[in-house]
Amino acid sequence: MPELRREDVAHVAKLARLIMSDAELDMFTEQLGQVLDHASDMNALDLEGVVATAHPFGLINVVRDDVPRECLDHDVVMAMAPDAENGRFAVPRILGEAP
Amino acid sequence: MKCARQMALDVQNGDTSAVSVLEESLAQIRSRNEELNVFLYVDEEGARAAASAVDERVARGENVGSLAGVPVALKDNLCQTNIPTTCSSKILEGWRSPYSATVVDRLLAAGAVPVGKTNLDEFAMGSSTENSAFGPTRNPHNTSRVPGGSSGGSAAAVAADMTPLALGSDTGGSIRQPAALCGLIGVKPSYGLVSRYGLIAFASSLDQIGPLTKTVSDAAIALEAIAGHDPLDSTSLPEPSPSLVAHVEDGVAGKRIGVVRELIDGADADVVASVERAVEVLKEAGAAIVELSVPEFRLGLSAYYLIAPAEASSNLARFDGVRYGLRVKADDVTAMMEATRTAGFGEEVKRRIMLGTYALSAGYYDAYYGQALKVRTLTIDAFRRAYREADLLLGATTPSVAFEFGSKTADPMAMYLSDVFTIPSNLSGEPAISVPFGTGEAGLPIGVQLLGPGRSEAQLFAGARVLEIADGRP
Repeated sequence: MPELRREDVAHVAKLARLIMSDAELDMFTEQLGQVLDHASDMNALDLEGVVATAHPFGLINVVRDDVPRECLDHDVVMAMAPDAENGRFAVPRILGEAP
Repeated sequence: MKCARQMALDVQNGDTSAVSVLEESLAQIRSRNEELNVFLYVDEEGARAAASAVDERVARGENVGSLAGVPVALKDNLCQTNIPTTCSSKILEGWRSPYSATVVDRLLAAGAVPVGKTNLDEFAMGSSTENSAFGPTRNPHNTSRVPGGSSGGSAAAVAADMTPLALGSDTGGSIRQPAALCGLIGVKPSYGLVSRYGLIAFASSLDQIGPLTKTVSDAAIALEAIAGHDPLDSTSLPEPSPSLVAHVEDGVAGKRIGVVRELIDGADADVVASVERAVEVLKEAGAAIVELSVPEFRLGLSAYYLIAPAEASSNLARFDGVRYGLRVKADDVTAMMEATRTAGFGEEVKRRIMLGTYALSAGYYDAYYGQALKVRTLTIDAFRRAYREADLLLGATTPSVAFEFGSKTADPMAMYLSDVFTIPSNLSGEPAISVPFGTGEAGLPIGVQLLGPGRSEAQLFAGARVLEIADGRP
């Protein structure tokens, strides 16, 4: 299995939307490396032709009749929002200034 | 404190009231919560209202239910309306769920009285409750030791006689391990038996809700009350709740019980001695003992610590400061999300998100996540082979009794290894139960584990009951 490098950890932090200090990057590089080392016992296995299991019972689609039913109260849900405007979630700007 | 079964009978018969049972429970919480840090929130008002409603129904001559007036502690990753749900994380501080978990509704329907929310490792990630943003819970048997985790608060609530019943969730052993370390019965049901609606997801293909109690029959009563199909959980099994209480005294005569070397090797001598005594007891009770080796179980840990973080990294992506919980202000939305997640999540949660994100990222997916899913198949196949030779399997629940605070926090891998015996059942989606059986180092409780094929809960309770009687709890 590929070796985990510090720059991999920095890249993963970016993907996961987490900000890491230098000390944290060092710590996670070492600790995640240990877990991945432990997982390398799976390398010795011949898994050719083994089917992957993502779920214990093999999920099937579950459908119900398309009839209106009671749902969560809009005001109750919006009351939990960190910021809301006119009954919608409000967030800081998502695009840069126009050039 | 009385067991839940007796409590419910006394309330239903009018020998006592739900309100007075509740006051006793609240008094015990008041006297010990500061020292043990079990409850993050005690809902005195809601509990009193629920208890009064039970008493009114009794007064009207109604049959209230199997848990009439029984105070219940809920792990704080189970949603209940009107009170906070935190997952022991700063990222959900102050949040109140707009809906209740199906298990909460079913407990109420059975007459139970939810008294509050218990501490856990943040987002159920951990084996000691040391990862809680609100401080660790202490083991009522010895306050310098951990109660186990992640359902450590729920285990401590029952062990400290605050409530006779608590619910936890088990993704890799988070009900059974704290049950073992606190001297309780802990049940991880078959995947899909109990609805996960309203359980904040950690690893959706592994998570199951189950009870922690002092007696086997209490666990059977509680599981009967919360199990059964729920249209709100698409992974819920289609059938109604099984009959469990009626089978608690069935015994193990004629059953083949497989003693699995990989579920014992590596455990401390005191734990091994307990398992060996359990084997003798089951043999005397008429079971046929089969020695088994299932090497695939050892690989389970490796697969689990890729699969669970992978699912967690996806599930926890929703905590981004947009719709609920913490928001740390920043100039643009990406910076806001990064600042929020960085401030809101603790170290272990970040570690697992990082691990999972890496295992799922382009270039590494096949080598890690894909490989782990294949090993999961091998584990399931290995169980299937084992169940051709045995009806139930037996092993240790944990490698040791409750450990000291701080003894594993610097070394995540050492902490992960404490789940080595419990993980296989989560990978296969099959049920397992931990039963207190004897004591070990420093007089601390030891748990032995019975495992069975899917939907074999009734047999597991019957086996656990044999051990319970032999351990001096008739």
